[in-house]
Amino acid sequence: MKFDLETVRGIAELAKLELTEDEIATYAGQLAHILTYFEHLQELDTSQIEPTASVLPFTNVMRKDVAQPALDPSEVIANAPDSDANQFRVSAVLPE
Amino acid sequence: MTDITSLTIGEILAGLRGRQFSSVELTQAYLDRIDRLEPTIHAYITVTPERALEDARRADQRRAAGEDAPLLGVPLGIKDVLSTRGVETTCASKILEGYVPIFDATVVERLYGAGMVMLGKLNMDEFAMGSSTENSAYGVTRNPWDTERVPGGSSGGSAAAVAAGLAAGTLGTDTGGSIRQPSSLCGITALKPSYGRVSRYGLIAFGSSLDQAGPMTRTVEDAARILQVIAGHDPRDGTSQPAPAPDYLAEMTAGGQRLDGLRVGVPKEYFVAGMQPDVEAAVRAAIAHLESLGASIVEVSLPHTEYSLPVYYLLATSEASTNLARFDGVRFGKRVETGDMWDNYRRTRALFGAEVKRRIMLGTYALSAGYYDAFYGKATQVRTLIKRDFDQAFEQVDVLVSATSPTTAFKLGENTEDPLAMYLADVLTISANLGGVCGLNVPCGFDQAGLPIGMQLLGPALGESAVLRVGHVYQTTTDFHTRRPVL
Repeated sequence: MKFDLETVRGIAELAKLELTEDEIATYAGQLAHILTYFEHLQELDTSQIEPTASVLPFTNVMRKDVAQPALDPSEVIANAPDSDANQFRVSAVLPE
Repeated sequence: MTDITSLTIGEILAGLRGRQFSSVELTQAYLDRIDRLEPTIHAYITVTPERALEDARRADQRRAAGEDAPLLGVPLGIKDVLSTRGVETTCASKILEGYVPIFDATVVERLYGAGMVMLGKLNMDEFAMGSSTENSAYGVTRNPWDTERVPGGSSGGSAAAVAAGLAAGTLGTDTGGSIRQPSSLCGITALKPSYGRVSRYGLIAFGSSLDQAGPMTRTVEDAARILQVIAGHDPRDGTSQPAPAPDYLAEMTAGGQRLDGLRVGVPKEYFVAGMQPDVEAAVRAAIAHLESLGASIVEVSLPHTEYSLPVYYLLATSEASTNLARFDGVRFGKRVETGDMWDNYRRTRALFGAEVKRRIMLGTYALSAGYYDAFYGKATQVRTLIKRDFDQAFEQVDVLVSATSPTTAFKLGENTEDPLAMYLADVLTISANLGGVCGLNVPCGFDQAGLPIGMQLLGPALGESAVLRVGHVYQTTTDFHTRRPVL
């Protein structure tokens, strides 16, 4: 398993992580090393095996659609880095 | 009189009920000890003395008024991954510095309801990712048995606090061993409940299909007391098991001090190459001890154990990469402001530490187009085989026994350069999370350097009473759990 620097940059961009050139080089080596170790999973024939996403014996959990006490908007906004009139303020998403 | 900070929760409750000391006196004794030892151990990220003394005063008033509750006036610490209303919760990350939750995690709410005095928030590996607590952005925690060594992780602060007498008990969380492994390395008792037994509401998510909170204590009996309070259905967690929690203390003691008729399985795959000889010898001796108490010992096989590590690290990192997408600098936590939304995301998320970024990268890759089937998809299929191994083993035996960690506590810095070597610290604990079963760590010896060794008891899903019973009978007939580090 090999990782070139471009692949590492591509993964970082998918995850919206800014990495330094040093980090990119380090992760390229480490991810290759880790995934090589993980490759022996491929030796197992799982063609007839159902996947397990959760071990619980139930799937959908339903409840009555009734209003519950909600959080106070001013409290919710209190942890925001920037806000205005009980709304989260962000930088421009689209260029002007 | 003995130092009140060395008492078990059972002894504390007896002392408080018998008016031998007050919760304020006890809480002050813990705060004094924290003042004295924290510069050495650094188990806490945040200590909350005013709040603790206020909780203690209220507990004393309630008791004076004739009230009682399962943990009324008992000083506990909480891992900093569990949300605490009004008390900063950082996950040991710079990205959450200054974040003050506006609600309590269900487990915290239930502990308050049972009368807890909260001493503070405990150190951990950032976002619970690690096996040594060296990944904290707020400094390392040191092992009370040897301060040049790690306490294990990720709940290293929770384990060190109990071992050093800096809390009567603590809550940790366990995604791949993060309750059991540090408890083993610090010589304390701790339980990872079955998946869904304890609510995850307010537990800041790492691997949602694996995470569980659980008690970390001095005795199995204390673990049962805390579990009794936190276990049970929570409508705010869709993965919470609806079955009511049994009376753990009653079921734990039902068989007296014998284990006649109990079937103990020894999984041959868990006695791995590279295991420290002292550890294997101590665990083999503990198995012989269980046999002397009447248990029958059966060798069993969990044939897919060798695949647990890759399955775990693919699934846990995949889940983490999606869970940690919420840290975008918009609604809470830090924001690096650049004037451009996309750069804000990239620069803000650069505040994650090296291990967190590595796992986000690994998980993002495992979920990405073209690789999903080979990595994430394959891992979910092999998880089925690992769970099936447990189902078949628990048809033959009541509990499984092994070491918790293949080694005793390693030195600070020993594994930090090689992520894969660090991941191998979890090799005996991760299967339990993949299978959703419960696991208890019980101290069972010391190595030649005097470092604690832990035995792991695994039980089937919702089989907490069985592992607690075995652990309790073991502790009533041994004294490894009563030894304390000299500090």
